Amino acid sequence: MIVADRKKVPEIRDMIKEHSRVLLVGCGTCVTVCLAGGERETGILGSALRMALRLIGRDKVVVDECTIERQCEDAFIDILAPRVKEYDAICSLGCGAGVQALAERFPNTAVYPGLNTQFIGILEAQGVWTEKCAGCGSCRLGEFVGICPITRCAKRLLNGPCAGSRNGKCEIVSERECAWQLIYDRARTLGVLERFARIAEPHDWSTGPDGGPRKVIREDQCIAGLGPKA
Amino acid sequence: MTDREPILLAFCCHYCAYAAADLAGSMRLQYPENVRVLRLPCTGKVEINYLLSAFEYGADGVIVAGCLEGGCHFLEGNLRARRRVERAKEILAEIGIEPERLEMYNLSSAEGGRFAQIVSEMTERICRLGLSPLHRNGLHNDRELGNIVEQEEPTLQGEAK
Repeated sequence: MIVADRKKVPEIRDMIKEHSRVLLVGCGTCVTVCLAGGERETGILGSALRMALRLIGRDKVVVDECTIERQCEDAFIDILAPRVKEYDAICSLGCGAGVQALAERFPNTAVYPGLNTQFIGILEAQGVWTEKCAGCGSCRLGEFVGICPITRCAKRLLNGPCAGSRNGKCEIVSERECAWQLIYDRARTLGVLERFARIAEPHDWSTGPDGGPRKVIREDQCIAGLGPKA
Repeated sequence: MTDREPILLAFCCHYCAYAAADLAGSMRLQYPENVRVLRLPCTGKVEINYLLSAFEYGADGVIVAGCLEGGCHFLEGNLRARRRVERAKEILAEIGIEPERLEMYNLSSAEGGRFAQIVSEMTERICRLGLSPLHRNGLHNDRELGNIVEQEEPTLQGEAK
């Protein structure tokens, strides 16, 4: 899932303070699960913002809240459309995709982010989320026994650990597991250590995010007249 | 100091603090009358937005009073409440409201005296801090606060059975 955390209240307050009616929009998907932008957090932020605005003498700014199932899909934004007309700004508690989906859908309404989108990750323990995938577009987890050195090694090394690996920990952040220790241990358990006798090919970064926004197209799923060929 | 008395809202667990408040009454103990008691089935019922809403609607101070640690009827409701109180304090500090206005206490149902002491202690603290910065301009929100209490009570009674 996409993991995010909330921006500080004063930062959000300063973005919206010149507007007269602001709608906070939560998202019921990833950010609900990572406790950053679901219905409950939207309620908390709404309350916090109303108080923060009042303290700087902007108590006339109306801040209301609502949460939709998913912000990153236009079909789910439909339900929001009639309500948005009553507001001159939206503060989205979705990930960056959600914020932009709302901005595209409502070209005449100011849209602000309430969260800092962090990464694609998993719940490691209650209240702790860890990055697991860099979204590089060219997955090599099969080669590295299901542990991604591109995401989890601080130096993105593909051919074994650096000299900074100490007792299974990373030299960059001492509490962090060394990805290559994890890969080695798992490969030994699976009996595939010989795989690492071969030099790993350089990574294909052409599929990565550096060339601008990427697109995935499934032509068999595209609706005639509405798809990319339209 | 102020043009009105500070208002304290006390979220009290049915099994301990609420019973202790009852006992304090039976014992004819005196404590400041500016506290509004709101009964919960457990302090684990407290959500962060309850605490923030209390301030938003006019409370100058908020008490969360649950069972002694290890003595929660729902095992760890009071421990969760403590963490939520800590989080709410962080948010209050972000907004610019003194986090000391919110406090979590633990007591047993036999401690009527301690309930009275907690209320006196918090009232004293709030008097020292002054009215909430949200309501310093003479805005009296007690009516609104009363509305919250009225809205919450039926659900809470239902759940406490």
